[in-house]
Amino acid sequence: MSVVIIDYGSGNLHSAAKAFERAAREAELDLSITVSSDPNAVAKADQIVLPGVGAFADCRRGLDSVPGMVEVLQRRVHEDKRPFFGICVGMQLMATRGLEHTTSYGLDWIKGDVKAIVPKDPALKIPHMGWNTLELAKPHPVLDGIPTGPDGLHAYFVHSYALSAADPADVVATTDYGGPVTAIVGRDNLVGAQFHPEKSQALGLRLIANFLRWRP
Amino acid sequence: MLKVRLIPCLDVKDGRVVKGVQFVDLVDAGDPVEAAKAYDAAGADELCFLDITASHEARGILLDVVRRTAEACFMPLTVGGGVRTVEDIRNLLLAGADKVSINTAAVKNPDFVREASEKFGNQCIVVAIDAKKVSGEGEPAAWEIFTHGGRTATGIDAIAFAKQAAALGAGELLVTSMDRDGTKGGYDLPLVRAIADAVSVPVIASGGVGNLDHLVDGVEKGHASAVLAASIFHFGTHTISEAKGYMAKAGLKMRLDEPAHSASIRTA
Repeated sequence: MSVVIIDYGSGNLHSAAKAFERAAREAELDLSITVSSDPNAVAKADQIVLPGVGAFADCRRGLDSVPGMVEVLQRRVHEDKRPFFGICVGMQLMATRGLEHTTSYGLDWIKGDVKAIVPKDPALKIPHMGWNTLELAKPHPVLDGIPTGPDGLHAYFVHSYALSAADPADVVATTDYGGPVTAIVGRDNLVGAQFHPEKSQALGLRLIANFLRWRP
Repeated sequence: MLKVRLIPCLDVKDGRVVKGVQFVDLVDAGDPVEAAKAYDAAGADELCFLDITASHEARGILLDVVRRTAEACFMPLTVGGGVRTVEDIRNLLLAGADKVSINTAAVKNPDFVREASEKFGNQCIVVAIDAKKVSGEGEPAAWEIFTHGGRTATGIDAIAFAKQAAALGAGELLVTSMDRDGTKGGYDLPLVRAIADAVSVPVIASGGVGNLDHLVDGVEKGHASAVLAASIFHFGTHTISEAKGYMAKAGLKMRLDEPAHSASIRTA
């Protein structure tokens, strides 16, 4: 089995790769994990990870700047049904549109827009930065063995924009920040996390291991 | 609910950990990567490296430290000290830093904050504000920005500068009292609070922690989103878990997860 972490110029992927390697090793999974900007590597990989930091429009531009990448992604995800994991802006790119600074278009796998977080309590700081717990909306294999709810494990968030899903059934988990904020989305062979599993210690490593074991 | 972050800070010089008392009289105390791993295992919420290496030629050593830390620690890492150009930021982020803190360069050229946050996203740009109180007794409280490790006065008002940095795109402010740093007398709470109440981005309180009550005060009285300390952890006066437990008992919302260990993953 092989896992590709897509490199499209959006920040450092070394620590993400190390987290996936460690999760695979500790879960005793025999996998090859590569970081690649080559659409051919994405075409061959069994599982696909799309990370992303920065602004939505910049990340979309970065993805488009790799010839053939979006086409290969669409094919692998839709026709070949390969397990896909979007992280942070990589998760936001699964949405229909991003409304950060300007309107730009995502991959339209999860219907909905990525909008500025507006907490009900104006004293809450933006970005939503730090460790928060997850509220389970629907059970999902990537959350197996991960305690959720107020006494559950914590995930590390850093974001000012959040995905507002048109269909509530696509939301796997939310987090509370002056109201519910989408934390995990999932549908069919697709899953995405707004937080950074590669920075989320115990929760993150277990989530990654669950994704690597996932056979949707 | 979002938790209060506890951030141990390691001062790094030529690839080794030091802790300055009032930024002089440094004591060498170990390998930063080993210290980072220990803090990771102990449940620190983030790590901060402050590079105080004088020569620009030695940057490669820091990048190597950052790279090795990022490979071993799956938690957020902020790196600051001597960050002057977009290229400096890029190099640190590519080495594995999650956030980069800018100090003197932001004071000299506030537009650098805008340039950096537009290029890399405001989530990874921290502006470090080193301030000293300049108002006398009976006068309205006022603080001034100091640079070069607290040696150079700038004449710039700290609160105005904080507002400007946030408006220009800083995702977070690291507020250090140069009066308190190294004294173990506690944060300059009026300073931290004045800034935290004036900006919409998170504020990290820094400078002066000598006991666990100081950490609680930073949040309760200083209105900080995160509290940073160095020597109380580094010299073993208190452990991270002791501090977090104490803060939780005082009523603060803390993350008290068991740190990552292999067994918890294998039994999933």
